[in-house]
Amino acid sequence: MEDLFASIVRGLGLGGLYALLGVSFVIVYRATGVINFATPALMVLGAFFTGAFGNAMGLPFWLAVVLGMVVMAVMGLFIERVALRPMVGRPAFSASTVTVGIFIVLLIVAGRLIGSELLTVNDPFGLNTIDVFGARLFTIDIARLIIALVAIGIVGLFLARSRTGLAMRATALDQEVSLAQGINVGRMFGLSWAIAAAMAALAGALLTAGSSGVETTIALVALKALPVIILGGLDSIKGSVIAGMIIGIAESLTRTYQPLYAPWLGANFDVIVPYLIMIIVLMVRPYGLFGTKEVVRV
Amino acid sequence: MLAVENLEVVYEDVILVLKGVSLQVPEGSIVALLGPNGAGKTTVLRALTGLLDVHRGRITKGRVTLDGEDLQGLTAPKVVSAGISQVMEGRRIFREFTVEDNLKAGGHTASRSAITEGLERTYSMFPVLAERRKQTAGYLSGGEQQMLAIGRALMSQPRYLLLDEPSLGVAPKIVQQLRDLIVQINESGMTVLLVEQNATMALSIATHGYVLETGRVVMDKPAAELREDDDIREFYLGLRGDDRGSLRDVKQYRRRKRWLS
Repeated sequence: MEDLFASIVRGLGLGGLYALLGVSFVIVYRATGVINFATPALMVLGAFFTGAFGNAMGLPFWLAVVLGMVVMAVMGLFIERVALRPMVGRPAFSASTVTVGIFIVLLIVAGRLIGSELLTVNDPFGLNTIDVFGARLFTIDIARLIIALVAIGIVGLFLARSRTGLAMRATALDQEVSLAQGINVGRMFGLSWAIAAAMAALAGALLTAGSSGVETTIALVALKALPVIILGGLDSIKGSVIAGMIIGIAESLTRTYQPLYAPWLGANFDVIVPYLIMIIVLMVRPYGLFGTKEVVRV
Repeated sequence: MLAVENLEVVYEDVILVLKGVSLQVPEGSIVALLGPNGAGKTTVLRALTGLLDVHRGRITKGRVTLDGEDLQGLTAPKVVSAGISQVMEGRRIFREFTVEDNLKAGGHTASRSAITEGLERTYSMFPVLAERRKQTAGYLSGGEQQMLAIGRALMSQPRYLLLDEPSLGVAPKIVQQLRDLIVQINESGMTVLLVEQNATMALSIATHGYVLETGRVVMDKPAAELREDDDIREFYLGLRGDDRGSLRDVKQYRRRKRWLS
C-alpha cells in the first residue's frame, strides 16, 4: 500500500514535468501550427542556465530558476525571429522541420556550454524525504507537481483573461482576421515561443533538481512530452496536464510493479511505457483525449 | 479623405488584378463599390488595409492615401490604429470565441475604458448580441454573425469603416436591417466604403458609386445618377424599361458550327 502511494506521488512529480513540456509544445502549436521539436534542447539549455546562475554564480535556487526562465524566454524570442518568422506562410511541416535543425544546433551548443564537469542546479531538495501515511516520499516530487501546476495555471489564466492572451488565442484561430483587428500577429508568434521556452527551462530545472547533474542526455526525457501531447490532444492545455499525469503515473507504476509481476519484460521497461501508450492512442483516438477533432466537409 | 490613385495590384508576381483603379472616399459619405465576381473589389480593400501580403499580393503602381498621407507599406495593425477598420467578406468571426471575446478582440488597439464603452455601445446597438454575450459565436445565425462582425469592427472606434459584402448570405429582411444600420453608423459620423454585389441595396443609401469590372473603374458617378443609368438598371438592378426584357434581345452571337456535337 505504501509502495502504491509512493509510486503514485513519484508519478505525479514526473507528470508535472511532462505536463510542463506538453504545455510548451501546445502553446507553440496553437499559435503557429508548428510542432516544436526544439523543446528538448530548450529544456537542456534552461537547466544549464539555472545551474550556471545557481551554482557557478551562487545565487539562490529560486532566483536562478527565474533567471534561467527569463534567459530562455529571450532566446525563444530570438529563435522565432531569426529562424521561424521567415517561414510564416510556408507549410507548417516545413517550419517543424526547421525546429529539428534548431534542436541539433542548440543541443550541441548546450553540450559545449556544460562541458565535462558535473553541474548541479544547487537545489534545496536533494534526496530529502518526508513520511506521509507511513510512505516515504521525495520532497522533489511534491515540489515538481506543485510548481508545474502553478506555472501552468498562471499561463492558463494569462491566456484566458488578459488582453494579450485573447490576442494570442485569436491569432491561433485566424491570422488574417487577427491582423484586421489590429493584432500584431508576428509579436504573438514571438511571445508564444518565449512562453514555451520559459516553460521548457522550468521543466529542465525541475528535472535536474533532486537528482543528477545537467547533461545533454536529459533531452531524452523531454521526448516523452510527445506521447503526452498526443494523448492530451495537440491543442489543449488541459489535455496536456491530464495526459502528463496519466503518463507519469503509468511510468512510475510500471517501474514499481513490473519487475515484481512481469520480470520477463526485462529491465527498464518503464521507459518505453509512454511510447506504448502513444501507439495505442494513435490507433484508437488520433486526436487525443481533449484535442479538436478535425472537421472536414466531404 | 481615403483615396486610391492609379492602383495596380499583382498577386504572386504574375496575376494583374487591379489595372489602374482610382477612387475617393470623402469624409462623411457612403461610397458604394459595385462589380461582379473577380472584378477586384476585395483586392481594393486589401490594398487599403495592408492585408495584401497575406495573399502574396503587391502594389506595383499607384498610391493609397489617407488625408494625403501614404498608407501603403503600413502593416495591418498600423492601418487599424490610423482609424480604418474593416468587416471582411464572409463575416469571419472567431467562431470558437464567445460573442464578448469577439468584440474584445476587435478592441485590441483601444484603451481599457474604450473597450467597456464600446461594449455598451455595441450591445445597445445590437440587443440580440447583448442577450447572447456568453454564447459561442459560431452558433449565431448568419445575420447575427454579420452584426457581430460589424460590432467587432466598430470596437476600435474607426473613422472609416470598410464593409465587404455585408449582405452576402443573409436573409432579405436582415439585408434591410443592415441597410438601416449602415445609414445609422454613417449618421453617427463614420465614413463608409461599401463593397457590394447587391447594387439595389448599396445604391439606395450611397452618396457616390463606383463600378469596377475586371480591374478597371468603368463608371464613377453620384449614386443618384447611377440609379438612373440604363446599363446599371439593366445589368445591376435587373430592370429594363417598363416591360421585362427577353434574353433573346441580348443574344448577339451565332452558334459556331463544329464537327462534333
